[in-house]
Amino acid sequence: MKSRISGIIWREKDNCRINIIIYRAGGLKMFKIVKREEMAGGTVILNEIEAPLIAQKAKPGQFVIIKANETGERIPLTMADTDPKKGTITVIYMIVGKSTALFKTLKVGEGYQDVIGPLGKPTHVEKLGTVVCVGGGTGVAVLHPITRALKEAGNHVIGIIGARNKGLLILEEQMKAASNELHVCTDDGSYGHHGFVTEVLKKMLETKEVKLVVGIGPVPMMKFVSKMTKEFNVKTLVSLNPIMIDGTGMCGGCRVSVGGETKFACVDGPEFDGHQVDYDGLMQRLQAYCDEEKECYGTFCKLNQ
Amino acid sequence: MAEEEVKKVKKEAIPRQPMPEQAPEVRRRNFKEVPIGYTPETAMLEAQRCLQCKKPGCVDGCPVQVDIPGFINQIKEGNFSGAARLLWQKNSLPAVCGRVCPQEVQCEGVCIVGKKGQPVAIGNLERFAADYERINGKGELPPKAPPTGKKVAVVGSGPSGLTVAGDLIAKGHEVTVLEAFHKPGGVLVYGIPEFRLPKEIVFSEVAFMEKQGVKLECNSVVGRTVTLDELFAQGYNAVYVGVGAGLPTFMNIPGENLIGVLSANEYLTRANLMKAYLFPEYDTPIVKGKNVVVLGAGNVAMDSARTAMRLGADNVKIVYRRSKQEMPARKAEIHHAGEEGIEFFLLTAPTRFLGDEKGRITGMECLKMELGEPDQSGRRRPIPVKGSEFKMDCDLVIVAVGAGANPLLTQSTPELSLNKRGYIIADPETGKTTKKGVWAGGDIVTGSATVILAMGAGRKAADSIHNYLKWGW
Repeated sequence: MKSRISGIIWREKDNCRINIIIYRAGGLKMFKIVKREEMAGGTVILNEIEAPLIAQKAKPGQFVIIKANETGERIPLTMADTDPKKGTITVIYMIVGKSTALFKTLKVGEGYQDVIGPLGKPTHVEKLGTVVCVGGGTGVAVLHPITRALKEAGNHVIGIIGARNKGLLILEEQMKAASNELHVCTDDGSYGHHGFVTEVLKKMLETKEVKLVVGIGPVPMMKFVSKMTKEFNVKTLVSLNPIMIDGTGMCGGCRVSVGGETKFACVDGPEFDGHQVDYDGLMQRLQAYCDEEKECYGTFCKLNQ
Repeated sequence: MAEEEVKKVKKEAIPRQPMPEQAPEVRRRNFKEVPIGYTPETAMLEAQRCLQCKKPGCVDGCPVQVDIPGFINQIKEGNFSGAARLLWQKNSLPAVCGRVCPQEVQCEGVCIVGKKGQPVAIGNLERFAADYERINGKGELPPKAPPTGKKVAVVGSGPSGLTVAGDLIAKGHEVTVLEAFHKPGGVLVYGIPEFRLPKEIVFSEVAFMEKQGVKLECNSVVGRTVTLDELFAQGYNAVYVGVGAGLPTFMNIPGENLIGVLSANEYLTRANLMKAYLFPEYDTPIVKGKNVVVLGAGNVAMDSARTAMRLGADNVKIVYRRSKQEMPARKAEIHHAGEEGIEFFLLTAPTRFLGDEKGRITGMECLKMELGEPDQSGRRRPIPVKGSEFKMDCDLVIVAVGAGANPLLTQSTPELSLNKRGYIIADPETGKTTKKGVWAGGDIVTGSATVILAMGAGRKAADSIHNYLKWGW
């Protein structure tokens, strides 16, 4: 059992050496990637990861925090699937910065140093009647297990998924299987309905007696979905993914204003009543480290060219 | 008689040996440890100052009853390894305690030498002995009782959890420590900065426990990954809960969600655990403020302020609503902070945070305070002065006004009785909770306190767990 390894990195800025002490309790364990898929032209990656303890416990709507290596960041990702028998969990993420770009370089057989979870509250699933599940971008990955669970609970589930164009659309087949009917939208009209998911949603709200809407996707999408369902007075759930460190309620970095009260997305969420969330505040807080993220990502891309 | 008097005079003639430190103007911009440590010569000289009292007050002043005159005598004799071994008998983390204990209110506060002059530098000597053994020692393991076949799970690898683990492994039980973070050490790793407690020391203390047979499971969030009942189902005979306080307290004033208002927990976790001070070599970023305000005046506030200074701030202000006397931080920390150029705005409280159109903080509105009658805590209550509003510019605010009880574990364990603030109710003498087979101690029982008090609670609980495993609940 080798639990301490030392390394040295050279810091160019001030020309000094930094000693890294790697301490791995119980030796070097790893969460192995058993399956890897590229989607949406390589901009979105699926990883199925060995994590038996989490796979046994996880329920739709919950998330994990993953960290690639010693110097890596802790990144929260809502699980797209779990397989308790195989002992694996699946995450799907879009490449948006250094950490996700680093994740992308990991091959099958390699792994993540740390996977922590399941965190957050699971989605409350019950039989309500007609339910609409709206997903945009990689939000569809998070929406998929919730959609499936709602259908399994006996609801009539209408799925609406969207992307900027056909090439960026993910999990269409899986969503088709998970819902009773599926509607697809693209912003540029390259596939399905030409326009936003909210347009199809409006039609559904006008013509059907919808009991619940689940909206998961980019913050502006969730904002407009909630705005629309509010007009129709239909209960709406959204799943938030703010900046987070520990994911256990300890740092308060993920705080978000819900109904005028400060909530922690990691322990009070990640799902909240869509009509109560302060989306503008959430969008601003997501920009907190955008300069640092650009710097970090730029350097990483240069080094890996 | 005459001879004894001569001896005493001589002892008093040796002044308290100062701790060599990095110069303030140098250290305020680096993360290296501030005190450099005694040399063997200074340690032996300082050790001579101890009167070797027959009834030593210092031992009673120590929450874990370290044999202080005993280990100091060993140092005096030049037997540094012997000193370390004597420390270990009562304290599994001497290198840590020598650095972070508030000695001035414990052992050194009751030292007889201190009645007339400066007390014996017990903390510095403890640190010396532990460091000496870590660097030069042969890594000899403490004696261990034969295996009992009983299994104990310790939840949380902070100071109290590690104490329990160290005590119970020595008594022959199988011990597994479960840690939610990806690295062990709890507050010693995420909270206390590198310049006050180098992480290498924590990791070598933990590695030493692993050598003794303690098993460690990181990334294990008890309450989520596994519940207490599942631990019992897995065959554990007893569980110790030492998960710390871990819920940040905010001020509940307008503008608190602006970018640049952080809890001290977040700020320090980024800087310490995630090593954001080495960004971009480490991937986690941190807000590098130029005009930094830290709210609060405890150890965590001092740590935050000094970290901000090291991350390149032009000025750092500690804003505290009471006066200097009430500041809860360790004296050495307040002194060090002052030396490093941190300003103190006492009798001042913020009323709202101000931001720009991008939602970033630009300043805060404050009120001056004056002290009224003592409140429940015995400290004089601050009262706002009418018409004293003023504005303070800042681009980073770190809120270090204490912590609450994190409900993650307690929510999933309904049998654990909690007090009205959410802390676990445990017997102060044994650490027993209301759930059979479960003990608790440290900040999750007492609320935010010190490393050594958490260790003291761990010691008592370990004794009680050992008795339970032998004789029953």
